[in-house]
Amino acid sequence: MEKVYKKPESLNDTPFGYCPGCMHSTISKLVAQVIDEMGLREKAVCVLPVGCGTLGCHTWNLDMICSAHGRAPAVATGVKRCKPDSFVFTYQGDGDLASIGLSEIMCAANRGENFSTIFVNNSIYGMTGGQMAPTTLVGMKATTCPNGRNPETEGYPMHMAEMIAQLKRPVFSGRFAVDTPANILKTKKAIQKAFQNQLDGKGFSMVEVLSNCPTNWGLSPLKTLDFIHEQTMGEFPLGVFKDI
Amino acid sequence: MKGAEALAEAAIRAGARFFAGYPITPQNELPEYMARRLPGYGGTFVQAESEVAAINMVYGAGATGTLAVTSSSSPGISLKSEGISNLAAAHVPAVIINVMRSGPGMGTIQPAQTDYFQASKASGHGGFRTITLVPYTLQEAVDLTYRAFELSQRDRNPVIVAPDGFIAAIMEPVDLPDFKELPETPDWAVVGCAGRERNLLLNGGVNEEHQLSQNRKAEAMYKRWEAEDVMVEEYLIEDAEYVIAAAGTSARICKSVINELREEGIKAGMIRPITISPFPYASFEKLGDGVKYVIDVEMSVPAQMVLDVRVGVKGRFPIEEVTTAGGFILKASDVKNKIRELAERK
Amino acid sequence: MINNLLIAGFGGQGVMTIGKMIGECAFAQGLNVTFLPSYGPEQRGGTANCTVVVSDAPVGSPVAEELDVLCVLNQPSLDKFLPSLKKGGTLMVNSDMVDTSGIERNDIKVISIPADSMALEIGSSKTANVIIFAVYIVASGTIPVDRAKEIALAKLAKKPQFIEMNNTAFDRGVELARSHQ
Repeated sequence: MEKVYKKPESLNDTPFGYCPGCMHSTISKLVAQVIDEMGLREKAVCVLPVGCGTLGCHTWNLDMICSAHGRAPAVATGVKRCKPDSFVFTYQGDGDLASIGLSEIMCAANRGENFSTIFVNNSIYGMTGGQMAPTTLVGMKATTCPNGRNPETEGYPMHMAEMIAQLKRPVFSGRFAVDTPANILKTKKAIQKAFQNQLDGKGFSMVEVLSNCPTNWGLSPLKTLDFIHEQTMGEFPLGVFKDI
Repeated sequence: MKGAEALAEAAIRAGARFFAGYPITPQNELPEYMARRLPGYGGTFVQAESEVAAINMVYGAGATGTLAVTSSSSPGISLKSEGISNLAAAHVPAVIINVMRSGPGMGTIQPAQTDYFQASKASGHGGFRTITLVPYTLQEAVDLTYRAFELSQRDRNPVIVAPDGFIAAIMEPVDLPDFKELPETPDWAVVGCAGRERNLLLNGGVNEEHQLSQNRKAEAMYKRWEAEDVMVEEYLIEDAEYVIAAAGTSARICKSVINELREEGIKAGMIRPITISPFPYASFEKLGDGVKYVIDVEMSVPAQMVLDVRVGVKGRFPIEEVTTAGGFILKASDVKNKIRELAERK
Repeated sequence: MINNLLIAGFGGQGVMTIGKMIGECAFAQGLNVTFLPSYGPEQRGGTANCTVVVSDAPVGSPVAEELDVLCVLNQPSLDKFLPSLKKGGTLMVNSDMVDTSGIERNDIKVISIPADSMALEIGSSKTANVIIFAVYIVASGTIPVDRAKEIALAKLAKKPQFIEMNNTAFDRGVELARSHQ
């Protein structure tokens, strides 16, 4: 019998440590598949963030380095500059990338560092228990904005993919989602594109992926998909904002 | 060659091939020198967007087995402290040069020794330690910077070189060490897992047991340092009645003072810690009973090193202090007069 | 032999240039030397000073509370550093920039150097530093005059049109210093 589907070699045997229904698992698997398909496993260095993404240290069967909160793009800069032949990517959440690590991601992107960033945006701090993120939607409740995010005092959600696209030096920036099979395939293609840009020495690429958090949104996994359709995508349009 | 440039050259000769830093006075000549020279040796210079980013770039570079270095001055070291803690936790070697200026806060841009505790005890959270080297001449600064890379690779731990601002500013003749061969990529480096199991550099424990075992291992290393890596100069202490404790530029000034006091017939000597971590407690413990006073001399107000001196002295002798700060250089006459006054007390 | 020199003036006046020239000269002569600059936070126009210690033994303190030679290029520096000049020491002043009439000490030797006007007479304001350097060499006696001239001119002689002017400037400085001996 022909084997048509298998676990990517870039994944460990350990089960994903994410909450049931969390799409970190889907995104992690996509990344692993692309790495396998492009033959990058043996030269890959993954720089992990602080947040739920840290669990990636159990997930991927790759060389990895755990960074401090928000600093992954700086760490990746150090790795890639010293070993330009290695394949380097960061995997970061919204608190990590868009709040505490805003300076690191913007400046690494602006320098056009030749690594790739997977940015998982689920509009909340998952690991610390549901606090407001820079990407929390207006009116959306979180433990630190119990009445919902108020733009008068908390501002509006940060649109990272668009912000990165405004910089001259990055070569690819887009926002995708993993809520439907079609969107999952588009996300995979975008990851391939970002990784290929790095192999071609073109410079920095970022793939923002809209994700969910059943636990802290207080919704069943299926309902989180509706929420993404009806709410998240209203604030965060999907699309490619830069592709050179 | 200016002090800061000599330090940079020593780092390059020791094998450093990655530098990331952020401008701050009084150490700017060091990154500027690196920017000019490092690419010529196949190395990389990055002007980071912040001290925080700089130390994390060094973390990434060090993780590949490349010898990496960053430099800054006091306020910048505070910002780097998070990264230094992560380096220690993940067992990634790096050399951090802190050209100390006066503090706290923004302080002044003039030299001081007010980072003693930070440099020797807590250059970040979590109770890790570093070997911390304090040079007193430019030659020693060059030699210790060179040595710092060896220690850092040996221990897979960050090493801090903490010259006060005078040493970075001074120009004096110096012999530069030879160029070292670059190290092979170590087996723990993260460079892609071809031909082996994956490498994982964790900056924390995966669980409580793992964290505790990491802490225990680190503790054992710190104990080894205390037994094997203490560096100290004991200057004329055999018959000394007045023993100065001083490090860095303070010690250099005190040396002249001791020579002058000896000419006057006052038996002065000095214990000069070269490693302030591990601290040379034993040098104080073994002082003979003929000692009348120990005089702690620092460019820090209040004095900080004096707490370590107290531990070493164990209450056997009275301890006096001569201090300055704010960017003022220690006055030789203040030390001289203090000891003359003590000698007259009898 | 030990000679403690402090040069002070506005940033950009040549304080560091003169100090480094003396330092390099002493080093080339095989003496021990330290050069310690001190700047204000301003890049230009602020106060700047440097201490040069020249010694035949290894240099202990790179700063000096008691100066053998004080060289001041502006008024505030004179007021600030004059008390540090030791009894019998030498004060060198750029008299084009500094009013020396208020000096009350009579236990020191004062050499007034109209460095800027002398330099313009030679042909370039840039030679003022060489004049002051030459005066120090004579006044301090740390390095033989001929040797100092040789070392300094070799280091300075990058642009051919300045070689002759620097040569003249050095000689004028020596002349002026000797007239005070």
